[in-house]
Parts: sequence; structure tokens; C-alpha cells
Amino acid sequence: MINQKLMLIGHRIALALPTLFGVIVVAFILTRSLPGDPAVYFAGITANEESIAEVRAKLGLDQSLIVQFFSYCRNLMQGELGLSLNTGQTVVYEIQNRFPASMELTLAGLSLALIVAIPLGIVAAMHPNSWIDHTCRIFVTGGASTPIFFSGLFLLFVFYYLLGWAPSPIGRLDFLYSPPPMVTGFYTIDSLIAGDMETFVAAIKQMILPAVTLAMFALAPIARMTRSAMLTALGSEYVKAATANGLSSNKIVYVYALRNAALPLLTIMGLVFAYLLGANVLVEKVFSWPGIGSFAVDALIASDFAAVQGFILTMALLFVTLNLVIDILYTLVDPRMAEDD
Amino acid sequence: MKQRVPTLLRGLSYLLMSFAVSSTTIAASKSETLVVVSGAGVNSMDIHRTGTNRPSYQVAVNMYDRLVTFGIKSEGNGGFKYDSNVIKPELATSWKLVDDDMAYEFKLRKGATFWDGTPITSADVKWSFDRALTLGGFPAVQMKAGGMSSVEQFIVVDDLTFKVKMTSKNKLTLPDLAVPVPIVINSKIAIANATTDDPWATEYLHKTPAGGGAYMLENWQPGQALVYKRFDNWKNGPLPEMKRVIVRQVASASTRRALVERGDADVALGLPNKDSKELAEAGKLTVVSSTIDNTLHAVGMNLKFEPFKNKLVRQAVAYALPYEAIFKSAAFELGEPMWGGASKTPATPVWPQKFPYSTNLTKAKALLVEAGYADGFKLPLSINLGFAEWTEPTALLIQESLAKVGIEAQIDKIPGASWRTKALVEKGLSLHLKNFGGWLNYPDYYFYWAYIEGHLFNSMNYGNPEIEQLVKDSLPMAIENPQWDINIKRLIEIGFDEVPLVPLWQPTMEVAMAPGVTGYVNWFHRQLDIREFKKK
Repeated sequence: MINQKLMLIGHRIALALPTLFGVIVVAFILTRSLPGDPAVYFAGITANEESIAEVRAKLGLDQSLIVQFFSYCRNLMQGELGLSLNTGQTVVYEIQNRFPASMELTLAGLSLALIVAIPLGIVAAMHPNSWIDHTCRIFVTGGASTPIFFSGLFLLFVFYYLLGWAPSPIGRLDFLYSPPPMVTGFYTIDSLIAGDMETFVAAIKQMILPAVTLAMFALAPIARMTRSAMLTALGSEYVKAATANGLSSNKIVYVYALRNAALPLLTIMGLVFAYLLGANVLVEKVFSWPGIGSFAVDALIASDFAAVQGFILTMALLFVTLNLVIDILYTLVDPRMAEDD
Repeated sequence: MKQRVPTLLRGLSYLLMSFAVSSTTIAASKSETLVVVSGAGVNSMDIHRTGTNRPSYQVAVNMYDRLVTFGIKSEGNGGFKYDSNVIKPELATSWKLVDDDMAYEFKLRKGATFWDGTPITSADVKWSFDRALTLGGFPAVQMKAGGMSSVEQFIVVDDLTFKVKMTSKNKLTLPDLAVPVPIVINSKIAIANATTDDPWATEYLHKTPAGGGAYMLENWQPGQALVYKRFDNWKNGPLPEMKRVIVRQVASASTRRALVERGDADVALGLPNKDSKELAEAGKLTVVSSTIDNTLHAVGMNLKFEPFKNKLVRQAVAYALPYEAIFKSAAFELGEPMWGGASKTPATPVWPQKFPYSTNLTKAKALLVEAGYADGFKLPLSINLGFAEWTEPTALLIQESLAKVGIEAQIDKIPGASWRTKALVEKGLSLHLKNFGGWLNYPDYYFYWAYIEGHLFNSMNYGNPEIEQLVKDSLPMAIENPQWDINIKRLIEIGFDEVPLVPLWQPTMEVAMAPGVTGYVNWFHRQLDIREFKKK
């Protein structure tokens, strides 16, 4: 059984390799075809033909695409992603610092959404078309149809500007705190490891508003999916059989129905996660969160291709891993999945 | 169980204690710490490096010294503006023209040191100036604008005497030494960290500043914050009041506004005109709004394209622009109007000044008929999305107004990154909105960059031998020379008549400060100078 699972994982990883190579090639070609000439952009405000040519040579942009591609691959092998011209730091440094920031926020937003949306979905499914169901629907649709920058700014306006409950929206920590020593890059976890409760509390406080903004956005798909999956499950033969056998309704709902509804829920969670990473960009701007989304957008605007390539590669790796994790979770939830493969 | 409760309690009390302790230390240091929120982030500590962005010039301003600097004058209301007419000592205590007025000789300040305590000598100045020229790119171009194009022009006379030779008499050389580029670097530290591949220590100075300026680096978290601490032994100017300055990067302008309104930040930079106006009307904060010297928001017409080859068409467009409406809804009436001038011949050599055009659709139509475009024409109106805040409303208003005289303009939005290539390098945009500002505050300097064929900011492809000659003659000329006055008036007169560029308004810098905070300086380079700030 365990062997079988390991085989499956190995198989998935092997399948991911060509995907990654494809991503490297596509990322390279895409970034070279970005509009704008990075040499002109980085030569500065009073540059002339001559200084632009100097910059171009320095960046290696005067060489043929093939030569540039091979030197890029060579650097990749050595774990070098190049230098982000826009931020002046190595792409590796930026990703190391920003990726955990984005992940921490996204995971917090997703967990929050799950905690609220799954019970909502279950309740709605148990009383379909009742006032509870309609309230859920209104609530959830409202969250999903509010543009994310608006909900972010709105929360900020109410809880920071008017009420003063939230800390100043200036990123992961307030002015007064310094980041905990880096272990995972998640400030909450790192501050706990360092035993620094004060920083932990501060990091949590900073995260509440942006995480709620993200969660509002993620509520709808999760709650709707839970509701429909639960409706199907509750209407199925085995639930009827369980009811007929006099099992407690708790057991029927939470063990039999929910477990069967978990499969589509897992799929949607993967999608929502990807969705949230994308939505991050706007939240990052509003709350000055030093995440990877705004880094990528700024890099795109500046035709900063080393940074864009690094971002695409990181995201590709993330999604390959995410798919792998979801596949493995499937086999845990539904043993038939492992055998199919 | 018995042990658990005390641990929890102890934890809680630690938590409370630490809150108490931190809040007292904060209260003590708060009056000496300034918090600035800025939309843009610094990407290097080294202004000479390729790819260093404009916000990073603040490092050159605050952490390094130049030989000379410009004076600063109060604008009232807590704000200051640099004074392009006054050049005053920084590292150099005095200077004079020598060698038949063909060189400047500077005396360096005795006892001035770098942060590490080593005295600043003219060898450091020479090394730093050589570096600016040799590394090429923007610093070299800027040095050349002041007539400094070869390292042989920089001469060490003795430890405290330094000479800059000129190839010809040039009024721009001295002011060009006061711009952010010619900084004085601690050459001993830099050389110790140089390699054979990198003889100018660009890798080292990129992350580690080595200077002797008023502020030192406490901490730099790229993309998030830059923290300065005061260099208490600074001799090259009055010691700044703020001991510590935190410059926090906050991308969203609304968030910046909220931070300064709530009192969590002392200074908010780069506010949109709309916010600035609202804050000024609310009256709780100090809002500084002052025009940027030698800078214009303007409409450019490219002479490479057919209708604009004809001067009458250009004048027709100048009469067809809805100036008032643009100034109201794009500038929120902050800035200096540049239309409605009284006469077609300028009375003063002041630049920028009002052009003799105002909205007059009948006149515009008549000019178009005279030029043979009675039926009008069609063309794109290109704008830079990087400045959408003013370009977008302006373009919409222009589109509407031009339609009334038969010119159909489709708005073409170009992303910020491609703008430079398309507008300035390829010069391929027919009708476009543009902004240019000259660092050195002379009309001839503006004309040099924007009205001479082939020069970078002449996106209009305008060429005129008379302008070329006038600029060439006037640039090195002292402004006291009566001929300079005549030349400049003639330049402006040609600008009025030929209008390849129609100015809309002279833009402003908008900054909001918490009550009791003063000392924002509006510099020509538009970057942050933290040395003047004071807090009550």
C-alpha cells in the first residue's frame, strides 16, 4: 500500500519534469517578447544612444537569443536566477523574502475562508431554500462580487481610519518591531520559534485585515461547492440507508456525507488557492504587503525579465507541488483513486 | 495543572510589561524619529550604478556630500524650495575661478570626515568624480551636461585643494556640481572592496554606502523600508534635528493618506493632486504644494507626421485645447497655468511662462482651413499610462475638444515601460502628452534637451537651425550677460510661434505633513531630502 503510494508520487514527479522544462522555455520566450526595451528603461532619465548601448551590453542583451537562453539555463543549474534590475536585488533574495510573505497571507486567508465557508455550506445544504440558505447566498455573493481593492480599502477605512482598531497598514510588522530570525519566513511561526510573543501578536494583528479581504473573496466558491456537494451526498442512497438504519444525524452528516463531499471540495480548494495568489497583488498594494505578486507586477511593467522569469518558475514549482499534494490527498480521501492510476 | 496557570500568568504579565516598556521608549524616541511614507522604493545605495532608480537619488542626497549645494528658501507653510540662484558651500568652503577663468579651485573643509573618521581629502573627490565619468550611463551624461567629459579635468592640488578644469567657459559647470551625481565617496573603503573585475566597487557600494553625509544607513529592507540614522560628526552643514528617519514604502496613495491623517506617519510623499487638495481644505495637516522648476506638462506634436509639418496646424491645435477644463479636472487647479499669455513676444526671459494661446475654436478652425485641412484629419493621441493620473483625463478632454474642429483623435495608451522607447528613443508618436523637467534651472537648458533635433526629450522631432545656434551660444553664457537675455527671449518667441510643444501647466510636488512637522524641501531632482525636517 505504502509502496504503491510512493510509486504514485514518483510517477507524478517524473511527469512534472517536462512541464517544468516547458515553463522555462515559455518563460524565456515570453519575457523576451515583452514590450519596452529594458536597456532604455534602465539607462536612466538623461541617457543617450551611447549610454543605452553601454547598458545593453552590460545586461548581455546585445547577444543572440540562443546565447542568452543557454547562459540562462547554465545559471539556473547553479541556482542563479539573475538580478532584478527593478529592485536591485538578486531574484533569489527577493523570492526568499517575498514568497513566504505571500504564502503566509494566502494561507491565512484560505484558512479563514474554509472555517467560515464550510459550515455555511453545510448548514445551507441541510436546509436548502430556507431563509438560512438565502442569507448565506446573499452574504457569499456579496463577498465575491466586491472588487478586492475596494473591499480592502473599505475595511481599511472602517477599521483603521475611522475606528482605529487595526494597526497601521504598512506591511508585515508595525514600525516598532523588527522581523524575527528567519527560519520558515512565516513571521508568525518564526516569532513563536524565537519565543517572541510580542512580535507574534504584532504579526497576527497586521495580518487580520488583509486576510479577511482575501477570505471574503474566497468564501463564495468554497461555500457554494460545499453546499452542492453536500446536497448530492445527502440525497444519495447510502445516506438514506444510514438514516433508515437509525444512525445519528451528526454521524450521517459529518462522517458519511462530508467525507464524500470532500473530493470536489479539495479540487475547488486548489483552484481557490491559485485564485487567491493572483488576487494577492491588489491586497499587497493596499496593505503595503511585501509579497511576490506586487513584485511580479512591478517587474512586468519595467520589463525586468530576470524577475519575471524567476516569478513564473516559482509559481510553476508551486503549482506542480500543489497538484501533487492534492493528488495525494485524493488517495487518502478516496482509496479508489490510488488504484486507478 | 498547578504549574500551568502561573506560566500562563507569567507569560501574560511579560506581555503587558513589554508593551509598557516599548511604549515608554517609543515616547522618548518619537520626537527624534521621523516617519516618512513614500510610494516608490529605493533599489540601490549607489547613484552611479546602472539601473539605479530615481527614488534612490535620496541616498546620494542624504548620505553623501557634494562640493557645493544650492541654497534653500522658505515657501511658508512649513515647506522649502531649493534656490537655483544661490550656490553655497557643502564640502568645499570656498571656490574661485583660476587659470584665466578656465578652472574652478575648491578649498575643502578642514576637519570634515567620513563616517569612519578618516578625513575627506581631494583624492577622494577625484576618485569619486572619475568614477561618475568612467562608469558611463546616466552619471556620465549628467557630468557632461556640465562640461566635464574627461578625468583629466579633475586635478588634486593638495589634500584640501581640488581643481576642476573647463574646456571652455561654462556657466553650467558649478551648478552641475551641486546635483546629486557628483558625490564624494570614501575612496579608501571603496578601493579596499574593489576587485579586478569591478575596480569601482559597484557591487560593494550598491549595498553598503561609504560616505560622509549627514545621515548614515541604519537598515535597508529592499521593498519595505530604509532607515537613516544621523551622523553626529557631520561638519558640512547645520546638524539635522531628526536623529532617525524611517522611510517606509507604501505603494497605495490612499493608504499613505490614511497613515498621515491617522498620525502614524509624519510625512506622506507623492500624493495625487486630488488628495492634496482635499487635505489642504480640511486644514488639519500641513500640505505643501509647490511648482517644480523648469518642468512642464505639455502636448507634443511630431513633425515627422504630415499635418504637423505645417505650423498653422500646430497653432490650430494650440487654440483648440480646452486649457481651463484640463487644469480643473486633471491638475485640480494645483500648478501654474501656462496658457493665455498677453503677447506673442515675451517680455521677460522667464521660463516657463504663459504661451500666447487660449481656447478659441473659431480661430483654430480658421487656421485649419488656411492650412488646407478644412475637413480635419484623423490621428492617434498617445499617452503614458505610468502617469495616467493626469494624462488620462487630459487626453479625454483634448479628444472631445479637437473633435469640434474636425480632428478625430483616438487615445492610444502606452505602458510606462514602453513609453521611453516609443516616445523618446524612436520618437514615433504623432500627437502625445509629455512631461519634461530640466535639473539645471535655465531656459537654455530646457531648450537644449527638448527643442534640438535628435536630443532625447525632443519627442516632437522639431529642428530649427536658429534655435540650435541660440542654445549653443547661450548655454555657457553667464546670465548677467545682456546678450543672454536677448537670446532667451528670442528662443521663447520661436517656441511661441512654432509651437511643436504646447505647455498645459507647470506641475507641482504634493506633500502632506503631520501638524508640527516642517522642513520638506522641493528639489529639482524631486527626491527626498531629510536634512531639514523638524518636529515639535
